Amino acid sequence: MNNFSYIKAENTDQAISELDGDIRNKIIAGGTNINDLLRYFITKADKLVDINPFLEHNTVICLDNGGIRLGALCTNADTAYHPIIEERYPLLSKAILAGASAQIRNMATNAGNLMQRTRCYYFYDIHTPCNKRDPGSGCSAISGYNRIHAILGQSENCIAVFPSDMCVALAALDAVINIEGPDGKKVLNFADFHRLPNQTPHIDNNLLHGEVITSIDLPENGFPKNYSYLKLRDRSSYSFALVSVATAFDIENNTITEARIALGGVSHKPWRIREAEEFLIKKEPNSQNFAQAADIILKGARGYEHNAFKIELAKRAIIRNCIMALHPESQRTGAKPSL
Amino acid sequence: MMQTVRTHLISIKVNGEDYHLELLPWISLLDVLREKIHLTGTKKGCDHGQCGACTVIAEGKRILSCLTLGVMKDGSSITTIEGIADGENLHPLQQAFSDFDAFQCGYCTPGQICSAIGLLSEGKANTREEVQELMSGNLCRCGASKGVIDAIMQVKEGCGNE
Repeated sequence: MNNFSYIKAENTDQAISELDGDIRNKIIAGGTNINDLLRYFITKADKLVDINPFLEHNTVICLDNGGIRLGALCTNADTAYHPIIEERYPLLSKAILAGASAQIRNMATNAGNLMQRTRCYYFYDIHTPCNKRDPGSGCSAISGYNRIHAILGQSENCIAVFPSDMCVALAALDAVINIEGPDGKKVLNFADFHRLPNQTPHIDNNLLHGEVITSIDLPENGFPKNYSYLKLRDRSSYSFALVSVATAFDIENNTITEARIALGGVSHKPWRIREAEEFLIKKEPNSQNFAQAADIILKGARGYEHNAFKIELAKRAIIRNCIMALHPESQRTGAKPSL
Repeated sequence: MMQTVRTHLISIKVNGEDYHLELLPWISLLDVLREKIHLTGTKKGCDHGQCGACTVIAEGKRILSCLTLGVMKDGSSITTIEGIADGENLHPLQQAFSDFDAFQCGYCTPGQICSAIGLLSEGKANTREEVQELMSGNLCRCGASKGVIDAIMQVKEGCGNE
């Protein structure tokens, strides 16, 4: 690690003041990713602003509009096991519990989950070119070992994927993100938070320097009757997704009235295509329709030397998870396949 | 602009004893325990959150001490492997690990046991499969994982959490 100073901020205003809009001043909360990034010189800091004293942001509360608010500092474990989340937003609970390990979920915060960085091997190897770590240096993954990399939304500058499980569910559930900064408060739709790499892969999301995420809101409908989170990976636990799928349906009289499908492990952000969801409305929930939806979602997918298998894997995962969502009681620990 | 780096005075309770330490900001809790307090039972494996050897219990929850800065734990209460036995009497999980051959080289064992204490207090694992899933953050390169799960299951069933 480089040498940095450290300060505890007692409230949002103090944190914003301490950050001072400077990219070298960074927030630390759970610390599960930034400690790693600092230790291996992938990122450097002049100052760490510890926001853990923000006790008002470490809870889950119900909102007047019927939705709920996840505190930015509520841990992933406390969120996943919260009675409201388990009962009304089980898709979110399952997705969180499919990620990381029990120890890391006890430490990692909800806002930190959004802010975590890719686990691309080359991003973490400071001896190789990486446009995300060192803009303009090149992408080692495109012609390197790219088994875990993107098949959708990538650019010629970066094929890294965003590693979160929780965020795949938040994308499917139409979360919104509450932010405070030097210019006041603002709200971002979840779909507008993370970015595709394009020409600027070093910028993961649209949070500006000096801004702080204070909470994440979910709308009233958490799809508790028909949901499923499927995570496919190289080992059965404590591993990042090769492909993951969050699926949620409202179904009446064997007809889909509302559909959500989001993918993880395939792009620089949680991947959601509204056209596919609209295709399923007023359709019967069956494999044929799910396969057509999968084709819409995966339109334009492109594989590389070691990850082309992900395209077919993603198609099968979408179909399988849509079927699993019809029987959510079959969900198993850690988002393991139930069929 | 480069900030002025200074040490921080912190108070931390480890295994019931109070310590007052002067720390640089970037020193991990793991290094505080091992190098400042000289409790070397907590092990440094990967030192970046992938193996679980450094697991300790902070405010009743299992965490990775390698991914925590010491300065962030000012005012906290930490339990390490050195703090779980009752005098000469082993903690039930220590005894069970011995009974079930739940280790070979023993390097991961302190983290395994602290993690298992956290697992049992969380009360979220109802089946062997769920115990396996919720212990997946602790790796054993010797391959003693079956014994680890056997030991935890015995203690879990013994304490009526089934």
